[in-house]
Amino acid sequence: MKKIAVVSGKGGTGKTVVAASFAALPGSKVMVDCDVDAADLHLLLHPEVKERHEFRGGSTAVIDRGLCRQCGKCSAVCRFKAVKSGPRVERFFCEGCGLCARLCPYGAISMGETVSGEWFVSDTRRGPFVHARLGVAQGNSGRLVAQIRRAAERIAAEEKLEYVVIDGPPGIGCPVIASLSGVDCALVVTEPTLSGLHDARRVMETAAHFAIPVKLAVNKYDLNPEMSGEIEDFCRENGIQFAGRISFDPAVVEALSAGQTIIDSGNRTVGDEIRKIWELLIR
Amino acid sequence: MIISVASGKGGTGKTTIAVNLALSLGDVQFLDCDVEEPNAHIFLKPRLTDERRIFVPVPEIDESKCTYCGKCREVCAFNAIAVLGGTGPGGGSVLVFPHLCHGCGACSIFCPEKAIKEIGREIGMVESGIRDGMGFVHGRLNVGEAMSPPLIRKVKERADSARTVIIDAPPGISCPVITAVEGSDFCLLVTEPTPFGLNDLVLAAGMLRELKIPFAVAVNRDGIGDGKVDDYCAGEKIPILMRIPFSKEIAGAYSRGEPAVSLFPELAGQFRDLFSRIRTVSGSS
Repeated sequence: MKKIAVVSGKGGTGKTVVAASFAALPGSKVMVDCDVDAADLHLLLHPEVKERHEFRGGSTAVIDRGLCRQCGKCSAVCRFKAVKSGPRVERFFCEGCGLCARLCPYGAISMGETVSGEWFVSDTRRGPFVHARLGVAQGNSGRLVAQIRRAAERIAAEEKLEYVVIDGPPGIGCPVIASLSGVDCALVVTEPTLSGLHDARRVMETAAHFAIPVKLAVNKYDLNPEMSGEIEDFCRENGIQFAGRISFDPAVVEALSAGQTIIDSGNRTVGDEIRKIWELLIR
Repeated sequence: MIISVASGKGGTGKTTIAVNLALSLGDVQFLDCDVEEPNAHIFLKPRLTDERRIFVPVPEIDESKCTYCGKCREVCAFNAIAVLGGTGPGGGSVLVFPHLCHGCGACSIFCPEKAIKEIGREIGMVESGIRDGMGFVHGRLNVGEAMSPPLIRKVKERADSARTVIIDAPPGISCPVITAVEGSDFCLLVTEPTPFGLNDLVLAAGMLRELKIPFAVAVNRDGIGDGKVDDYCAGEKIPILMRIPFSKEIAGAYSRGEPAVSLFPELAGQFRDLFSRIRTVSGSS
């Protein structure tokens, strides 16, 4: 089982379009959408949900008004400013540490487990797909990523699939680290912009920090061929394998709007470019 | 007034809109709260005059006092402490996993031997400066660091309430975004007219409703994709305050780190109109 994560640093560079295309290319695989904040891969893979699971991401303080004597201890000790006067708990800020509950002299605070999302195991015509929906304004996305990755890896082991393909989130923080942890290779998809290069460098440093091998591809390279060249030079100078260029083509957005991967849409240019990247990744 | 610029989906044009709005207004303060991938400085090129390293508290165990009773491990909700064996001083070992620690302070408060003190662990940097009359602050999370909210809070502490503050938020709908947009008077959600843009706009709108922050939409790369973002906004009565057509010239300027209004000064009027509309719909005109 080979685990490949698609990341970018900067958002909107084309991670999901590339990952969805990989789903349509040869090799048995399980797909995982680890961008649990803004999951989009299902829009191209059209899953039929087989299993639903609740995601319990942590706990939140709950105050029993009947027992509360308004001493103010809870809001004084909370470092996350989650207990406002009243007292009432702002659930968006409560990190679930439980300090207020332990220190309340009247036993008026308990910690309630929160259901902060759902995750799914689905069938698609390309094989199994594990995805999730984080509840509105919930935290702990890193833990949800770890959970769905474990589920996907179990499926890959049971069904003897060759690849686990992870569509990662943007950024370099907790869900990205959870997406990269223990993968065999990270493909960084970037765009030929100063921001794209700046952010790709940050995510490549993050991968290096965790000793994950990295390859890089430039999407929409012809929007600024000169900047694409600079990114290729950067890879060469830093010993990063350059995985390929993908052309800017309005057909990509048309396929997306039709709910199709670019491979299924029959577009040869972009389709072949992505195919070459996939072949390089699995070589 | 604090205006945040956010989006569910990444790469829709948050930084483009925030930067060009700030440049068109001039006398504002700009806070780049996308501390994982701060990009606004590429376009604004501020003269940075101040740099502060940011620390979060983590426990340090004084093993000469520790009796390995395990209380710290018991009260830690984040599994950031492990206690191995031992009964008396030096008889066991306490392991702290700093990356899991949220800095709640429970371990040091409950340690019966007063063997835990909190020390600072650096997670990143807040840099600030000016560009012409504009104030600029951004955060830069250290590579390998998982938790960005404490750093985002430090950037926001620098908000100048006497000025119009523009916050460039990170993408998504979870902790980092909530930390960035919380307390805003208004949030502008930037999207693009594609199924991905729509899917993530719906999620971001749900988040802002929960947070009770008034919001409206700006459509970037108008003309690509389909009309479903418009249909959704019409159905939900969410105003669309601006449309920026897809243009290779604007994309080219972006790729070189040039703000669109520097290249096309006529756009500045459109961004000032955007600001007037924001004031009107948020009721602060």
